[in-house]
Amino acid sequence: MSALQALLLVLVAVAATGVVLTRDPLRQTFAAGFYGGILALTFFVLQAPDVALSEIVVGAVGFPLMILLALAKVRGGAE
Amino acid sequence: MTRRARLVVFLAGAGGLAALLLWAISGLPSFGNYQGPYGNVLNHVAVGARHATNVVSAVTFDYRGIDTLMEEFIFFTAVIGTTLLLRAQLAEEEEPADDDATDRRTPAMSDAVRLGGFVMTGVTFLFGVYMVLHGHLTPGGGFQGGIVVGTGVLTVYLASEYETFLRVSSPTVLDVVEPAGAGGYILVGLGGLVGGASFLYNFLPLGVTGQLPSAGMIPVLNAAVGVEVGAGIALIVAEFLEQTLQVRKKQQTA
Repeated sequence: MSALQALLLVLVAVAATGVVLTRDPLRQTFAAGFYGGILALTFFVLQAPDVALSEIVVGAVGFPLMILLALAKVRGGAE
Repeated sequence: MTRRARLVVFLAGAGGLAALLLWAISGLPSFGNYQGPYGNVLNHVAVGARHATNVVSAVTFDYRGIDTLMEEFIFFTAVIGTTLLLRAQLAEEEEPADDDATDRRTPAMSDAVRLGGFVMTGVTFLFGVYMVLHGHLTPGGGFQGGIVVGTGVLTVYLASEYETFLRVSSPTVLDVVEPAGAGGYILVGLGGLVGGASFLYNFLPLGVTGQLPSAGMIPVLNAAVGVEVGAGIALIVAEFLEQTLQVRKKQQTA
């Protein structure tokens, strides 16, 4: 395991813990997007560019987008 | 159950799970030690047999094309579910929502956001189409590229008004385009039945390895998935925005 791979695996663990510890859904969305980006980098360094691309588009774009839109809808009705 | 009893049950369960997990992890092959014969065989065979330089694409769209068909319909079902759910709620909300801050206006969009979105729209859309079309040559493919195309449609909303977004991403058009992509995959599969031996059997010419029109049906399937996923993402975004923005627009015009 190279130093870069080890560093990224540690970052994945840190970012994932950050997502769990973030309580506010809006902030959590950005934490999850950041986590998706780190995970994509890890896949790329582990020589899986196809999976990395899927992770970028789903983890860092698609998923936060859906959560943000849902939050906007839920809050728009409540406030 | 008392608090103490619950704690005992939890500790017993957690301890057992931890022991089993440790046992399982200790039996894993060491890091980087790949033991599956399937991948090694395909790495040797796929480029020569399918003329696709991206072996991952050859696996997902040819050797295991039926899996991808099912995955495509998982996405299709998810889009249908989202659309149905949001439509039902739309019919329920006939009365305008309460506005607690009628004196406040939504802040105007800054020029930076408008220009940034304007620049990003073309680049994102083009990159998505590129990724779909080159799925059999380089990493990427219909699914990844389709979402990038959908994101490109979203930047139209970021850079302009909701009305402009609706012109690009009209739900009436997307309602047809999205199933067309999903159905296109099945049509290619049926082509395999007619022109070859079985469902999803490659019946198209394989072409020269490395060129854009090559690898038989893989780029066609990629295109079908790209259309379906791109239209699906745009459709979900359009449905969500319709819900969220309808109220706001009414307030501004009133």
